[in-house]
Amino acid sequence: MNKQESRIASRELLIEGAGCASCVGKIETALQQVPGVERASMNFAQRTVNVSGEVSDQALVEAVEAAGYGARVTSSKDNGDLLSEKEKADEAYYKRLMREMMVALGLGVPLMLYSLVVGEMTVTTTFERVAWLVVGLLTLGVMLFAGRHFYIGAWKSFINHSANMDTLIALGTGTAWLYSMVVVLAPEAVPLMARHVYFEATAMIIGLINLGLALEIRARGRTSEAIKRLIGLQAKTARVERDDQEVDIPIEEVLEGDRVRVRPGEKIPVDGVVVEGHSTVDESMLTGEPMPVEKAEGDTLVGGTINKSGSVLFRATRVGKDTALARIISMVKQAQNSKPPIGRLADVISAYFVPAIMIIAVISALAWLNFGPEPAIAFAIVSATTVLIIACPCALGLATPMSVMVGVGKAAEAGVLIRNGEALQSASKITAMILDKTGTITEGAPQVTDILVVGERSESDVLALAASLEQGSEHPLAVSIVESAKKQGLELGKAEGFNAIAGHGVEGNVDGQALLFGNEKLMRDRDVTIDAQIGQAQAMAAKAQTPMYLAVNGRLVALIAVSDPIKQDSVAAIKRLQKDGIRVVMLTGDNRDTAKAVAEQVGIKEFFAEVLPEQKSDKVAELQQQGETVGMTGDGINDAPALALANVGFAIGTGTDVAIESADVTLMRGSLHGLADAIAISRATLRNIRQNLFGAFIYNAAGVPVAAGLLYPFFGMLLSPVIAGAAMAFSSLTVVTNANRLRLFKPQEH
Amino acid sequence: MIIINLLGLLLIGLIVWWFWLYKGPTANLESGEITINVDDGVYQPSHIRVPAGQSTRLNFVRRDPSPCASVVVFEDFDVSEELPLGKSKTLELEPMKPGRYPFTCQMQMYRGELIVEEKS
Repeated sequence: MNKQESRIASRELLIEGAGCASCVGKIETALQQVPGVERASMNFAQRTVNVSGEVSDQALVEAVEAAGYGARVTSSKDNGDLLSEKEKADEAYYKRLMREMMVALGLGVPLMLYSLVVGEMTVTTTFERVAWLVVGLLTLGVMLFAGRHFYIGAWKSFINHSANMDTLIALGTGTAWLYSMVVVLAPEAVPLMARHVYFEATAMIIGLINLGLALEIRARGRTSEAIKRLIGLQAKTARVERDDQEVDIPIEEVLEGDRVRVRPGEKIPVDGVVVEGHSTVDESMLTGEPMPVEKAEGDTLVGGTINKSGSVLFRATRVGKDTALARIISMVKQAQNSKPPIGRLADVISAYFVPAIMIIAVISALAWLNFGPEPAIAFAIVSATTVLIIACPCALGLATPMSVMVGVGKAAEAGVLIRNGEALQSASKITAMILDKTGTITEGAPQVTDILVVGERSESDVLALAASLEQGSEHPLAVSIVESAKKQGLELGKAEGFNAIAGHGVEGNVDGQALLFGNEKLMRDRDVTIDAQIGQAQAMAAKAQTPMYLAVNGRLVALIAVSDPIKQDSVAAIKRLQKDGIRVVMLTGDNRDTAKAVAEQVGIKEFFAEVLPEQKSDKVAELQQQGETVGMTGDGINDAPALALANVGFAIGTGTDVAIESADVTLMRGSLHGLADAIAISRATLRNIRQNLFGAFIYNAAGVPVAAGLLYPFFGMLLSPVIAGAAMAFSSLTVVTNANRLRLFKPQEH
Repeated sequence: MIIINLLGLLLIGLIVWWFWLYKGPTANLESGEITINVDDGVYQPSHIRVPAGQSTRLNFVRRDPSPCASVVVFEDFDVSEELPLGKSKTLELEPMKPGRYPFTCQMQMYRGELIVEEKS
């Protein structure tokens, strides 16, 4: 491939107006006909088309428009820009609320102090009438300046036949102000004892609720810290080879196929494959894996991770919105906004909440008027106002989404991607966990475990010979032999006349010696004597190892055993799951003996052996029939049906090259600790949601009757509207703060 | 006192009727598309008639800086989208079966409804 061809620009178009699946073909064809386009594939669910080729954005948009749809090019900056815009908007709103709060409290606090010092704010003399009229008008000014948004919101929702928090605040503060104005302007309409004004309540409530809202915005900002951190991982520029020179360009201009240079300490800008150099890379920010990972030629790099030691040159394979980081960000954002079923009841209540509170306020006022002591009208007004003000539908509504936001973000920081709220809730309920053996409990990459030499040669000699021969093969066992030799720094010879004999092994010449490398059958076919080693080979097989024979010039020289080693922290992680009360079951296609050996090593008591890939989902169903809530963990390659059938499917990825789309939960690192973390975080999040919902229910269920005056007959106690305002303002703040507490949650140390 | 009590009961009746029973005006979808303003605590229009079996584009324009307004949720379709302030955000919905599908903010305070009906 020459340099020109390798420069394939990949970009994403957002398609507008594509309503049916049949549009996909039409749009793809239209784009493919544009000169220069090499590939166009559409994601119907997201309404996006990925186009690669040397072509202008304009030509692509025009082609889509000619086909009868709309299109615009998205950029990888969209995420970051959107977030900073949101931050700016939130900041401006925060400042506005604080300003309004100061004005409202500027009037409310002196008035309240006055009432505390002087006592009841009554209207008896003409001077008092004039003075209170001035205060009343000042309060009106506060209402218009600082409470305008409540009144407009209340009115707009009223004419739309709906009611919200604004309705309650507007009604509460409005009632207090109107009553006070009646007392000032027409005192004779009100009994003498009831001639009090409540201007301080109106001003204080408006001020306190604005303060609560402002603090809530700040606290909400913190709930999205995880996503901010992920977005912050994106590099801004990349050093790319252009016309035989290395130049720094903005990250959006990096094309698929570009050769990118990363020096020590720098961020890797996009996903790619190392073509030159050697280094270690810190991937902890994406995978949660604390150990830096060795990278050499042919290894994949993930954008957003940090190059530690060496300078590497790599070829960009995924850029813009295709990078693992960009996909993770969009998935986390989506999940953070979704709701687990536990929040449904609160939603149903919220829908009827506000009008119900209005009705309770009317009933409360009537009860005071009918049965209350004098001045009944004043008591009625105070209790109705307090009921309206104390009720807080927001705390109920916020309880679930805030915790989900923090919980999903927290999980992402630990390298656990949770698809949605439902998966989060199901994960917290898991009672049984099925673990696929290969690639989940074990590394999934066979390694040389034993070398048994027959004759004079050294272990490294025979390994070098076998590896030299196997260099041309792509068989996983062959790869493990070559890797093992490279790790030992052995020099490999050149293989000639290489021939792979399917199901048996390989043959060829290395340094003039005729080599045969394979299983027992190959040796017997070629009359190589192996009788003395058969027993040892069987012993290896019983230990879950695969024995392979190496013969040189027709004589056996070694027996090499390869096996798939258990991941080093599988035992500890499985113990964590069991400690959490989860029944852990292993599933494998291997024979019983091998399965038993592995299960014993990792401390699993139950296992299903000799399970064909298509039978995996039957095993999930079997446990479900036993009444278990089943989690299934696999690499997502051949266990997709089982992952789908399980109550929660966990795909365990190695590194970050994962099938993010397939599972309910994706574990970014290979370690099973991610699984235990996922369950711990989901349980903590659900606990947090329950606390929030409970708090919000109790607050409203207790606050409203107290505000209505239920305690008055017993203790002579009636809540002040100002206290109600403060309680209401801080109830939703409490919910957000409790959700933020989740940020401090740490899964049990490994 | 009787009059006051009657007035109170009437007020309760009015609240029930106005907020729960009254079926307000609805907007019709024109050429598969409609713009919904998110401002001052409400979606406007909030009740939208949509023909069944037709894909629908909803352009949300959020002018309300309140954080409550920042996400719109269609519980039935498992859709929740962030609405940027002062910009239009287009949501495309697959063809729907007849029925009533509410959309709300996260806290259910902003409420709207898609009324999906068979084409007459």
